[in-house]
Amino acid sequence: MSVIKIDHLKKNFGDLEVLKDISLEINKGEVVAIIGPSGSGKSTMLRCINLLEVPTGGNIYIDGKNIMEKGTNITEIRKNVCMVFQHFNLFQNMTVLKNMTYAPMVVNKLSKEEAEQKAMKLLERVGLADKAGEYPSRLSGGQKQRVAIARALAMEPEVLLFDEPTSALDPEMVKEVLDVIKALTHTGITMALVTQEMGFAREVADRICFLDGGYLVENTTPEEFFTNPKSERAKQFLATVL
Amino acid sequence: MLDFTILTDYLPMLGNAIILTLEFTLLSTIVGFLWGIVLSLIKISKVKPLVLFAQFYTSIFRGTPLLVQLMLIYYATPQLLNYQITALQAGVLTFGLNSAAYISESIRGGILSVDKGQWEAAMSLGVPKYRLLLDIVFPQAFKNTLPSLVNESIALLKDSSMVSIIGVADTMRWASLIQAKTFRAFEAFIVAALVYYVLVMALTTLGHYLERKVRVSD
Repeated sequence: MSVIKIDHLKKNFGDLEVLKDISLEINKGEVVAIIGPSGSGKSTMLRCINLLEVPTGGNIYIDGKNIMEKGTNITEIRKNVCMVFQHFNLFQNMTVLKNMTYAPMVVNKLSKEEAEQKAMKLLERVGLADKAGEYPSRLSGGQKQRVAIARALAMEPEVLLFDEPTSALDPEMVKEVLDVIKALTHTGITMALVTQEMGFAREVADRICFLDGGYLVENTTPEEFFTNPKSERAKQFLATVL
Repeated sequence: MLDFTILTDYLPMLGNAIILTLEFTLLSTIVGFLWGIVLSLIKISKVKPLVLFAQFYTSIFRGTPLLVQLMLIYYATPQLLNYQITALQAGVLTFGLNSAAYISESIRGGILSVDKGQWEAAMSLGVPKYRLLLDIVFPQAFKNTLPSLVNESIALLKDSSMVSIIGVADTMRWASLIQAKTFRAFEAFIVAALVYYVLVMALTTLGHYLERKVRVSD
């Protein structure tokens, strides 16, 4: 069964139609890369999945539950569908460790000891255990993003959403973040990744979704998409980015 | 010419007067700060009637002189509510309500200056709104607002001299009393000025200290 099912999703900002009609299913454990020209609605679609943007129309199902229905517990969904942002968004008034333990303690009601133990394990996994006591302002962009990924993982979510996780990074820091993301693809966690890194998308994704003008234009394997795109728009896009 | 010895008899009174000035400043700052937080939350909420109320409230308290507000609250309360309000109560209430109008604007600005990403990150982790405000937005907003809060309490400290008019035995009242009894103005008022100056400097130092403390995360 699909973990995420997007059904005729529409999203307007005022008069601007950003998402016109998008339907898409993502299965458990799948890694889906969402690519497309800027302004195509990639990020907006991703942000609709955890209701950071409220869709104008259509339905979104997570584990079969329609999250657009009135009375849906948004918190329950969000703690299970965590997001990594382009600009990291670490809590600036908290140390790295506190960033990691805050939501698990407040939302998942872990004890301080449990949360810290788990946080330290995750920090080790992203190679930043020695930064636990630092404030985010002391970290480099790449380090911030690795902490942000670890922070999302600390919630033990079923789904991870990545919103252009390397777009705000200096070039030399992109690889350290991509390596962390790549290591996650073997853990069985379901991932939807909006990215500009075509090489990376091709390497790690099980599926490529190409958005353009608010429509899902192609939805296929990386091999197929990069070697044999069907639509004219995808061909043009690939010609400019590759 | 100058004769500061005339003050010796009144010095013990000065201690009480200073304590009253400080007590008054502290109480009005607390009232102003707490009510200011509430007003600022109302202003950023999207509940139209409440927002209009808060805007109207702010315009009234910013648009009329403090002294007029003080007189209204002190003299009109017994007349309208049949409750004999003490001078200190009237003063704290007036100054608290008044500074809340100013503080609410600073806090509102402080809250709005917190990066939208901080809200989104917390929301995306399932953190409930009130915790997000309390643990993430307020601490950061407070840091941005602290300098203007310190300024506001300095203003309150100096404006507190106005309550001497309705009979609170504060530092200013102390000086006026001496002038009335000895017919000498300079000695008493220069001492009062010095007292206010020292208190303001102490507040300023405390403010700088607090600012350094809250900037550890920078």
